[in-house]
Amino acid sequence: MQLDIRYPMGFLFGSLGLIITAYGALTNHLTLGININLWWGLVLVVFGVIMLLLARAGSAKQNNNNPKP
Amino acid sequence: MNIQLHRVDYLILIVYFAFVLGIGWALKKFMKSSSDFFLSGRAIPAWICGLAFISANLGAQEVIGMAASGAKYGIMTSHFYWVGAIPAMVFVGVFMMPFYYGSKARSVPEYLKLRFDEKTRTFNALSFAFMTVFSSGISMYALAKLFELLLGWNFHVSIIISAIIVLVYIYLGGLTSAIYNEVLQFFLIVLGFLPLVLLGMKDVGGWHALVNKLSGVAVSNGFAPGTWTQSWSHTGAASANPMGVEWFGVFMGLGFVLSFGYWCTDFLVVQRAMAADSMSSARRTPLIAAVPKMLFPALVILPGMIAIGLHASKGGFIPLGTDGKPDFNMVIPAMLVKYFPPGMLGLGLTALMASFMSGMAGNVTAFNTVWTYDIYQSHINPNKSDSHYLKVGHVITVVGIVISIGCAYLASAFNNIMDMLQLVFGFVNAPLFATFLLGMFWKRSTGHGAFWGLIAGTAAAGLHWALTVPMGATHWIKGGCLAHLHVYPVEMAQNFWAAIYAWTVCFVATIVISLATARTKTDNELTGLVYSLTPKIVDHHEPWYKRPATIGAIVMAAVVILNIIFW
Repeated sequence: MQLDIRYPMGFLFGSLGLIITAYGALTNHLTLGININLWWGLVLVVFGVIMLLLARAGSAKQNNNNPKP
Repeated sequence: MNIQLHRVDYLILIVYFAFVLGIGWALKKFMKSSSDFFLSGRAIPAWICGLAFISANLGAQEVIGMAASGAKYGIMTSHFYWVGAIPAMVFVGVFMMPFYYGSKARSVPEYLKLRFDEKTRTFNALSFAFMTVFSSGISMYALAKLFELLLGWNFHVSIIISAIIVLVYIYLGGLTSAIYNEVLQFFLIVLGFLPLVLLGMKDVGGWHALVNKLSGVAVSNGFAPGTWTQSWSHTGAASANPMGVEWFGVFMGLGFVLSFGYWCTDFLVVQRAMAADSMSSARRTPLIAAVPKMLFPALVILPGMIAIGLHASKGGFIPLGTDGKPDFNMVIPAMLVKYFPPGMLGLGLTALMASFMSGMAGNVTAFNTVWTYDIYQSHINPNKSDSHYLKVGHVITVVGIVISIGCAYLASAFNNIMDMLQLVFGFVNAPLFATFLLGMFWKRSTGHGAFWGLIAGTAAAGLHWALTVPMGATHWIKGGCLAHLHVYPVEMAQNFWAAIYAWTVCFVATIVISLATARTKTDNELTGLVYSLTPKIVDHHEPWYKRPATIGAIVMAAVVILNIIFW
């Protein structure tokens, strides 16, 4: 594979999540009694971290399969 | 309706597009041959191809249009998924992909050349190339129009910016860039719209409260109470449901002809599977895509049902159109404004924009491949070096975007021209699956049979349109310009039956003409192209979850269960 898409995906959703979470913590805006920015921002951060962990695991597996001479 | 964006919303938009362009830039160094640019070097893993397969189809029409249909027709809209997509996706993965991928064809029209002859390929390539740039232009126009309406953005600026972004990332990274960005767009759309559904369900009071509200909607529209929440119970007669179609029209017109015609023969989606890194991955691509596709009604139809439920009980939820009736196309924007504060609003609007762009990019990558391989290399300038065709691919990507911009402006100036073109493309597409079905599963079908069968099927669709009309039609473009032999309750029923007639005429004509003409391809030449002449794929060594037949059976069982639950 030319580029592991999980790296940019992890960084993208992680950074979007951090922006939204921080904004939610600052503004404390409630929708139907929920601070949706804060909570959904955290969901995005967790999703981003999972993607980065999967990408790292994928890279390690590939290195084990193709060790450098 | 005017939405005010805050700085945080613009920041989210900018971060997303920086990543989109960054992916194109990162892939630039890998584009060394025409195969890299047009086919991703056939090196993409199954899960990425699968998500791109569904995302290429996840354009704005899906997100905005299906929510609008959810409000208008209720759960019956799920027929476009559970009947009109999943069975065809399973069929193409299990039965057809071995021929597309195994034949080493670089495009769907090229398969037609290998299986039949040059004239059949050229007919398909030309109609497909026109259709893709036109569709890309329509996506561009819809994006600019919506964002002008919602945000007050300048129409021309929206068109130019969206065109430049799509052009840059496809020009730099080819099909791989489009596929990678489609995966990004898939997750963005899911993560951007899922909280909308969750908040909507909380607002409406849960599923049972929604069912109660929708019973009132059904009764007030003159239908039985369960019409908005039951998908099959009211299809005994066309007049018993808001969609205006009966079960046979749904099953044959949508579920067989239109659905198989799109998912099994449209190069826009098949190209994603042809980029896979192995035969097994190519076959699993549509099957992997079928899993989220099956669950998508919860993401795109449910918001429409919630909106009409709340509109009926509280009033004023859906903005009114110029005719004073609810404008169902504004369901998603209305929900974004109601439920999302600044921050989440930026995420939701970015997801909406991504859905428009995935539609544009998918069409442009399919267009540049078909143009370069099936038109330019075959008819204009054959026998050139690979680097020459790579250059042509880059140039034609720019040309494709420029033509798309032209189509977008054409759409803004002449709505009827757009309707007319879409109508003609419908005529051409309807019979296509009959040609592929006979080509892959009947070795006696000939090039003459395929070509004239397609022409006959297209003519049948045109004739059906000229002789029938949907109820209440006031413009000639809706049909009936020769006579009114039959009046359909709604336009959708007319489309379903046009497809049934076109497919049947093409199927019969191809068989008759094939039997009357001599075969030009030997059994040897058809190996890998026709089912009976191709060695069967043995996948017993694969674990069960990697066997296409097993995955296909599980997906079909799940879709039957969903149909029963919402019967």
